[in-house]
Amino acid sequence: MENDIQHSDIYAIAHHHRFQWEEAQQSYVILFPEGMVKLHGGAGEVLKRVDGKATVGDIVTSLKAAFPDTDDIESDIIGMFDLAVGKAWLRKV
Amino acid sequence: MTQATSLGESVVQKEIQAQAQNNGVAANITHTQPLWLLAEITYRCPLHCAFCYNPTDYDKHTHNELSTEQWVQVLRDARKLGALQLGISGGEPLLRDDIEEIVREAHRLGYYSNLITSGVGLTEKRIQEFKEGGLDHIQLSMHDITEEINNFITNTRTFELKKKVAAMIKDHGYPMVLNVVIHRYNIGHIKEILEMAEALGADYVELANTQYYGWSLVNRNQLMPLKEQIDHAEAVTNEFRKKIGNKMKIFFVVPDYFADRPKKCMNGWGEVFMIVTANGDVLPCHSARVLPNMQFPNVREKGLEWAWKDSPAFNKYRGKDWMKEPCRTCPEQDKDLGGCRCQAFLLSGDAESADPVCSLSPNHHLIEKAIEDSKNPVFQAQPIIFRTDKNSKKYASGESRERVEEFHALP
Repeated sequence: MENDIQHSDIYAIAHHHRFQWEEAQQSYVILFPEGMVKLHGGAGEVLKRVDGKATVGDIVTSLKAAFPDTDDIESDIIGMFDLAVGKAWLRKV
Repeated sequence: MTQATSLGESVVQKEIQAQAQNNGVAANITHTQPLWLLAEITYRCPLHCAFCYNPTDYDKHTHNELSTEQWVQVLRDARKLGALQLGISGGEPLLRDDIEEIVREAHRLGYYSNLITSGVGLTEKRIQEFKEGGLDHIQLSMHDITEEINNFITNTRTFELKKKVAAMIKDHGYPMVLNVVIHRYNIGHIKEILEMAEALGADYVELANTQYYGWSLVNRNQLMPLKEQIDHAEAVTNEFRKKIGNKMKIFFVVPDYFADRPKKCMNGWGEVFMIVTANGDVLPCHSARVLPNMQFPNVREKGLEWAWKDSPAFNKYRGKDWMKEPCRTCPEQDKDLGGCRCQAFLLSGDAESADPVCSLSPNHHLIEKAIEDSKNPVFQAQPIIFRTDKNSKKYASGESRERVEEFHALP
């Protein structure tokens, strides 16, 4: 992990970035100047919970409840935060 | 219109490419969506840039522009096909007074919209309306740190104005994207250009080495820098990148003439890009109209869906079935899809041959010759032919054939 993600951290979608559901792609996307990223299902589930209020811990709890059968979901979620912060899709609130 | 990264391999394309690889989607499967819509909304322009890739005969298309209603329909139809990123370009899009309306509609439809501008015509009132209408970002073309070269290459006095516009963009909370087309006259100033971008508070800087289409092809001998200059510019850019980190993203678009392999042009023909021109032509790339025996669809005839999915033009070079040797059996064919069809035709007269940029192309000598010619003092001394209505009219009418004879299909 490069970006030391803590459970108490709160993130929001970075300035000038937009996160939205795309019907035509059947996926969530992040849009920003000169680029876009199509997110696979799991990544979309994490980012749709990022709202500048919920802590990383809240989001882990919420996803554990939504996907009770997924093993080791927590490390996937933290990994996704690490990636998204590294790519500057998220900003720390 | 400047020379955007979209001519070659842009960030968008790279992301999409990565995505395609992740999904195991092979390049020859036409699982295509026009994710990027470029609206070349007018070919009129107050600048006269020597490196513009717009067609040399653009003047033909300045009298039959689509109406506001037609553009709104284009936006709606493209969005249904999956378009997400919208570039509003030209010419200078701000010469139209309905950009505000187009921006509002784009936002309502969920596009991430980008106004690609020289800055001429951007006022406080207009930028305010764009902000309220939901325009997402503005890409401003800059040319140099010196007033002299800015004014020379654009053939206008726009240096001070660009700085004012940059400040206005920043003041309104927009991400600032600067596009700087690189050529012989400014390649020695990369460090200073990047310092200026930093001082202006730019978030993204595209250093777009000139690619040779349209006006820049006519002026190739006047614009092309030396290989050593490009290598140096890239080294300076990498150095600067290290220093500045994530604060300002810098894209250095490598010029294909100096590469061994061609660019994967537009990330493949009819794969992710769709361009609608001022007069409603629907194109898979900026300069496709130079290709022979092609009838491009127009939004005034059949809809965009037909254009993208079914029109013969969009299917002509999709995938790899059209390839000839050496591309047909080349182990690297998926990496670049044979390069650029327009460049192949413009330089060799054969649109289905390998892009001459490729060192494996039987026409690669054409690139080597072009590089040699650009060092020839006799050619260098020829004056630049600026992108003006007068020059365009001369090309369109056939009155002038100046410096187009060696290229197939110019104008």
